[in-house]
Order: sequence, then structure tokens, then C-alpha cells
Amino acid sequence: MMDYNRILNQRISAVPPSGIRKFFDLMEDMPDAISLGIGEPDFLTPWHIRDAGIYSLEKGKTRYSPNAGFSELRRQIAAYLKRRFDLTYDPMHELLVTVGGSEGLDLALRCILEPGDEVIVPTPSFVCYGPLVSMSMGVPVYVETRAEDEFRLTPELLRAAITPKTKVLVLPYPCNPTGGVMERADLEAIAGVLEGTDIMVISDEIYAELTYGGLHHVSIANIPGMRERTLLVNGFSKCYSMTGWRLGYLCGPHELIGSILKLHQYGIMSAPTTSQYAAIEALEHGDEDIEAMKAEYDGRRRFLLQGFRDMGLECFEPRGAFYMFPCIRSTGLDSDAFCEKLLLSEQVAAIPGSAFGPGGEGFIRCCYATSMRELAEALERIEHFIKHR
Amino acid sequence: MENLLRLLEGDCTLSRKQLAAMVGTSEERVDEIIRAYEKDNIILGYKAVIDWDATDRQDVTALIEVKVEPQRGDGFDRVAERIYQYEEVESCYLMSGDFDMTVIISGRSLREVANFVSQKLSTIDEVKSTATHFILKKYKESHLIFKKQEKQEEGFVFV
Repeated sequence: MMDYNRILNQRISAVPPSGIRKFFDLMEDMPDAISLGIGEPDFLTPWHIRDAGIYSLEKGKTRYSPNAGFSELRRQIAAYLKRRFDLTYDPMHELLVTVGGSEGLDLALRCILEPGDEVIVPTPSFVCYGPLVSMSMGVPVYVETRAEDEFRLTPELLRAAITPKTKVLVLPYPCNPTGGVMERADLEAIAGVLEGTDIMVISDEIYAELTYGGLHHVSIANIPGMRERTLLVNGFSKCYSMTGWRLGYLCGPHELIGSILKLHQYGIMSAPTTSQYAAIEALEHGDEDIEAMKAEYDGRRRFLLQGFRDMGLECFEPRGAFYMFPCIRSTGLDSDAFCEKLLLSEQVAAIPGSAFGPGGEGFIRCCYATSMRELAEALERIEHFIKHR
Repeated sequence: MENLLRLLEGDCTLSRKQLAAMVGTSEERVDEIIRAYEKDNIILGYKAVIDWDATDRQDVTALIEVKVEPQRGDGFDRVAERIYQYEEVESCYLMSGDFDMTVIISGRSLREVANFVSQKLSTIDEVKSTATHFILKKYKESHLIFKKQEKQEEGFVFV
């Protein structure tokens, strides 16, 4: 008999199974359930982008791309970052095309961390950072952001978390699940703390395009002195509705990108060729698609915010991504119980805030990347649940 | 409040409450604006887009190209009016190009459409000629695709 407990790497054994899987299992038998659970655009990839992928297949472009991605795509990414966010990266030496933003995060952490290095992770935030840090033999240090700070990382919180072992700060803004953003002044304050240290920033900017109310995303790499210590992660999933294409990119100082490329080339080889051709089209002709989808999300965001507030739930106004993070403490339930009961009695799926790390308890995440009709129905059901529980 | 029109054009079943939240104003204000649009005939009506082929009802739709003798003073407007007043006419447009007007009509049968063209449309003095094209299959109308989108397998994915 094989003893797989002895075979398995202890760090992967230590990663707990996802606590929200049970919601998905429950939903399998609920054809009328409304899911606000999955953080994925409800739009299809715009046709001209899909068509570019199809056309590349018709032309027989089915071979590996260069390890770092097609040079045309890298040039287009660099031009896009300049055009939309005033960021300057050399497409040939400071930029690498990855399999989604997720691979970029993994690569960045694995290439930087030594055993015992600490990584500061503001929470509530997306669930992957801690496990990825652990798998790289690092130690995640969670910093709980607060609703009263609009879930921003403040310089005080950051300063208190830094130790001599701190190697990396993960900056996940605009934030999944809170919808919180960091504006220029917030980032300048963070930069003030980091200045003079050797701490690197891994900035996960996958929701950079989705900011609302006239707000424009600023990258920490835009702040003077920060570019040299920033690895920027972004991708095509959220802004172009290209989740299934699995395409992202990683930008940073060429000294680091060159080494990170080694890991990518041995572990992954290259990102999918078809997706890369589609992405070139997205970058060349997709700015209007972004604006159209963003306008749609914004309408839903306003509607859902109003709806939660009308039913008496405290809700901070999210200014980025496509999540609403209402506080459910007034119901007397914890977030896990709230979500389970809500799903069982009203067939609406939301994600308990506790799934997103310290500071998430007391909140639920509702993704509004779903139709207005479903959102309206979901709000009615949630209100019914709160009133008649 | 052009935004309001855009939203209604996309989905006219949005409630006053939804619209108000989406554009950031009060329900009363939305109601007021919509009433004004209706009064000024900027909003002409609200309709559902239906795939009749998926029902028991058999419908025939035809697109008719019409050549017309324009009239002194009235141009095409008067003859257009004489055409679009017929209940059967679904849409009526003045065109640039080889012919002058496009008339779209729906009928219960081929005969019904044929009767309309031969007995009503062609007999209008100013109508010089017509060319009738029957629509064989509808794929998309008002931005809506008739074929249902195939569902992709859904499984556990946490993002």
C-alpha cells in the first residue's frame, strides 16, 4: 500500500480544500438558482476577437509561440499599457506573456521567494495569494483592511506588518472581493513606507480597466521610485471577457523578467498561440468593447448598491472590479451560514466573506457580472430571505 | 438623459427603480423624463422580439423593394404615408440607391403577402415597380440572436 501522505509535498497537504466548494455542489441540483458566486464576466468575448482566433487557426498558426510570447503581442501590450495607464515597458525585455494573470503571480512569487521569506497580503482578497506563497516556501502575512478605510491598505497597517524577513508586498487593487481601489495618494503613502527597503511589490492589476465614477486606475509602478521594485500582473480575462482563453502578462525590470522567463519556459513553454492572436486583435481594436462592458457593469453596480442599502444592509460603495461586498452582521448570522441558508431557502449563491481571509467575516461577495434581470430577481430573493428568516 | 434611452432600447422591461439607480437619479425624475419622451414621440413604443417560427403560428415575412415616382412638393413623404398606413406594413424606409423604398410586411401566408403587393401596393399611382423578397430564415433581429447560445459545462471554479 502506498502511503500518499508521505509522498505528497507537506506544503500542498497543508493547503486546506476550498470551503466554498459545497455551495457549488449544492447548486448542481438547483436549476433555478441565481449565481452571484463566480467572478467571471457574463459577456462573451467580443466577436471580432473570437474571429481573430479562428482566423489564426484557419491560417494554420498552431505552433508554439516564442517562450515570452509573440513579439507583436508584446509590442501591443506595451503600447496598451502606455495608452491606457501611462506605463512604459520595453516589450522585448520587460514583458512576458503568461497563462492568465494567475501564472504571472505564481512565477513572480516563485522567482523571488526563499524559504521563510514573508509576503504581506492585504485581505480580504482573492484566495490564491497565500497558497501560492506557501508553495514557494514563503510565509504569508495577512494584513486585515477595514471597511471604514474602504478596504485600502493604509501606510500604518503596512508599516506594522513589515519585519526584517519581509520580501514582497502583494497589492491586489482594484480588489476582488471588496471592490476597493487605491488612488494615487494612497499609493504614494505606500511608496513612502517602501522607500529605502528591499521590499518588492507584486501588483495584481487584473481589474485595472474596471473602475467607476470617473475614477482612473493608477498603478503603483506610476509612482516615482516604485517601478524598479514592482512586478505588474495583468491579463485579458476580465477586461475583454476572455477568461477561458487563459492569457495574461507580467511586466517588470528586465533583470527579473529575464530570470522569470526561465521558469516560464521550463514549466509552461509558451502561452496558447490561438489566444495570443486573439489578444493582438483585442489590444488593437478592443478599447470600445472595454468601455461598453464597463458602462454596463456600472449600471448594475449602482442598482445593486441601491438595492442592498434599501434593504438595510450596510454596503461600502465599490469603485472597482465587479463585486459588491455588503455587510451582513445585522442579520446575526456569520457569512458562511448566511450564504448556505440563502442558497438553500432562496436559491441565490453568494460567497461568504470568510473565504477571502482575515477581515472578510461579516460580509458576502456578490458578483454583478450577471444580467440585470437576474440581479433584480436576486435582490428580491435576498430581501425576502432577510425579512422572513 | 440619452443614457436612459440607451438603457430602454436595450431592455424596456427595466423598472423605474432599476433605471433610477443605474443613471443615478430618482424614480420620480426617471418617470418624468420617460413620460416626456413618450409625449414627444421620441419613445414610440415598447415591444417584445418573438421567434414565431418556434411557435405554432406560421408567419411569412417579405422585404419589398419599391420604386416610386416622387411627387412635386411632397417628395416621397406622401406616397410613403399611403404605404405605411396599411396595417400589414411592419417597417417602411426611404432608401438611397437603386430603388426608393423598402417595405417589410408580415402575413399569415404567401398568398396574403402576394395579395398585398398586387392589390394594394402596386395599385398606388406613384408606385412604378416592386420586387418582393421572402425572408427564409431569421437569424438576428434588434441585436437579438434567434438561436439559443449553447451552454458551456459549468463546474467548480473559484475566481
